[in-house]
Amino acid sequence: MPDSTVVGLHHEEEHHPELLHHFAEPEQQRDAASFGMWIFLGTEVMFFGGLFLAYLIYRRLYFGDFGAASSSIKAGLGAANTAVLICSSLTVVLAIWGAQTARRSLMIGSLILTMLFGLTFLGIKGIEYKEKFDEHHVPGASFSFDHVPIPGHPDQYANPRHAEIFFALYFIMTGLHALHMIVGLGIFTWLLIMAWKGRFTPEYHTPLEIGGLYWHFVDIIWIYLFPLLYLIDRHR
Amino acid sequence: MATATIQPVERENYLNKHYGVGSWLFTTDHKRIALLYLISITFFFFIGGLFALLIRLELLTPAGDLVQADTYNKLFTMHGQVMVFFFLIPSIPAVLGNFLVPMMIGAKDLAFPRINLLSWYLYIIAGLMMVHCMLTGGVDTGWTFYTPFSTAFSNTKVIEAGLAIFVSGFSSILTGLNFVVTIHRMRAPGMTWSRLPLFIWAHYATSIIQILGTPVIAITLVLVVAERALHLGIFDPKLGGDPLLFQHLFWFYSHPAVYIMILPSMGVVTEIIACFSRKRIFGYSFVAFSSIAIAVFGFLVWAHHMFVAGISVYAALIFSILSYAVAVPSAVKVFNWTATLYKGSIHYDAPMLYAFGFVGLFTMGGLTGLFLAALGIDVHVTDTYFVIAHFHYIMVGGALMGYLGGMHFWWPKISGRLYPEGWARLAALIVFLGFNLTFFPQFILGYLGMPRRYFDYSHMPEFQVLNVLSTAGATVLGVGYLLPMIYFLWSMRYGKPAPDNPWNAAGLEWMTSSPPTTFNFETEPVVTWEAYNYDELDGGHKQEVKVAG
Repeated sequence: MPDSTVVGLHHEEEHHPELLHHFAEPEQQRDAASFGMWIFLGTEVMFFGGLFLAYLIYRRLYFGDFGAASSSIKAGLGAANTAVLICSSLTVVLAIWGAQTARRSLMIGSLILTMLFGLTFLGIKGIEYKEKFDEHHVPGASFSFDHVPIPGHPDQYANPRHAEIFFALYFIMTGLHALHMIVGLGIFTWLLIMAWKGRFTPEYHTPLEIGGLYWHFVDIIWIYLFPLLYLIDRHR
Repeated sequence: MATATIQPVERENYLNKHYGVGSWLFTTDHKRIALLYLISITFFFFIGGLFALLIRLELLTPAGDLVQADTYNKLFTMHGQVMVFFFLIPSIPAVLGNFLVPMMIGAKDLAFPRINLLSWYLYIIAGLMMVHCMLTGGVDTGWTFYTPFSTAFSNTKVIEAGLAIFVSGFSSILTGLNFVVTIHRMRAPGMTWSRLPLFIWAHYATSIIQILGTPVIAITLVLVVAERALHLGIFDPKLGGDPLLFQHLFWFYSHPAVYIMILPSMGVVTEIIACFSRKRIFGYSFVAFSSIAIAVFGFLVWAHHMFVAGISVYAALIFSILSYAVAVPSAVKVFNWTATLYKGSIHYDAPMLYAFGFVGLFTMGGLTGLFLAALGIDVHVTDTYFVIAHFHYIMVGGALMGYLGGMHFWWPKISGRLYPEGWARLAALIVFLGFNLTFFPQFILGYLGMPRRYFDYSHMPEFQVLNVLSTAGATVLGVGYLLPMIYFLWSMRYGKPAPDNPWNAAGLEWMTSSPPTTFNFETEPVVTWEAYNYDELDGGHKQEVKVAG
């Protein structure tokens, strides 16, 4: 930390308060920050990529069983959550626009709305988890998925072992996504405090931009999770 | 710390600018963080070495008499996990890379200094978890965590080891991310891509692998931990899961991880060979792009670890061909190094001895890698000591030799002191001889059929001679590793003060003081020359750092 307060050796002329010592100019600093976030999102793609791979392989292998398990989730709640997240992406953009055009109330209002949408998403997700818990669809000792017909084949029952793999992947994928939402809420709390203190100006609002990138990315993960987990071969 | 060497007349530098434990633990200076890493990875190197010593002692006699089977399983598991995840992966990037990447491109620091410090803390947290895991029972799955043994059968601390490696992965990701952004955005004026030292190209390629590969092992370990803790069936065939999926995911990272270890070493060796042949590197762009090619091809060969695991023959064929392909850029490097040596005025200083060792041993490791990429031979030698010997030629003969060479080459810059050259040459020789004595017999053992991971070979007592040779070699190798440790520490207090450029080397890092100041350069350098302009350097035209603006 001591270093960040040291004024650069030969940039003593005029020095933007947010410019760190090792950057030559604000432009370079903003570029580096957003480039860093893009790379981080690249790692996130690979992180979720492993799960998507596992899911797709088993989806193909146990198509009917996964269809039966998938049909037991309420698509309405998932659709509602999709809508909530798309709205939150809009409010993120509005917050950045507010910072760019120096409209403080738009920026702060949009940040608060974004967080409310985020909390709504987690609330709905909680309701979904509760239902799965009540139906004994959480993998583990009390898991039960007996006598559930395979969609399109009413005479065949789904294999509970294979359905359990679906639910294991369902909970890990949506759980990790929810964890990213919670981290996002933490980031946005910090952004809100910074915005409240007036740290963001039309010239400097890099944290909003890269925080926004993260938020959009988490939304996009959901946009892929929703059809994969809820909609393929759905019959109910 | 190192600041014990201070003398009243010493210039201000990054070591003596601030004092106290806090000034180290909360530093954001890339050079100090490099030293924090140096101390931490050395600690883990000796832990990993201790496990290796116990393994070699057990194999001294055919009977399983020193340790029991369970203990032996834990020894080779933890040897592998500590050496791979806590020593080799961070070794050159986190120590030499951290120290040198900003200096070589003329920057004051990495793009994200606080993330750099965070990455060290993540490494330390992971390391403490690993140490705790080892002290409370350890793991016995092999470093590969193969399922379903790791998830359903092993009764050791799989979860804790898995989480430790998960956390250390984020340390690795953040280092890679920092390097890529730094190399893209922080280069000094005039430092174009084609003027970058090849050390930087190698680290750029390494960082790409760290960024794209490490998240995959992270999620794989999450699945292993979840499966073990909650009794899921994702990788358990009894519950409908597929253990091959685990192996694919694991090797998708863990094969490229080999290139995380060897590419930085190649970068180091390139710098050393150019300097001690006093020549421009032969075929600069070929060496640069072969690093990128290795990173890219490296991602496409993982299933050659699974030829006998039950993948389809067609998949095996493709992966075999691709594995041959990855040898091409590696060979390009070897040919370019030797072409650089040709008609150079070669100096046999210690770093160069390590570089020679590297080229020879890496070539052997690489060529035996081709044996293993060939389907017919691989089936014969899978899971034998042939494989062990092969990857130790790459990881120890290659990566570790490069690391030691680099430590000697840049030690005057890092510490501001000269190491004792005579001792260093002796140590390099001992390491080379000890290494070959340890691992060459293992090629023969493996080819004769001695399986890896066996602690008792009393049915095959004829293997003892080669095993005794190997254990004797390991002892010599141990001495070779202790020597630099001792004289580096000695030189911090008693070594002669190093001039700014003791090797008369090209490269921006030599144009600043030894040790450098906190911001590396007094004035922002402007680069007007190609990398490795040794012709001009030796022709008497001294490079000058021009002042920006």
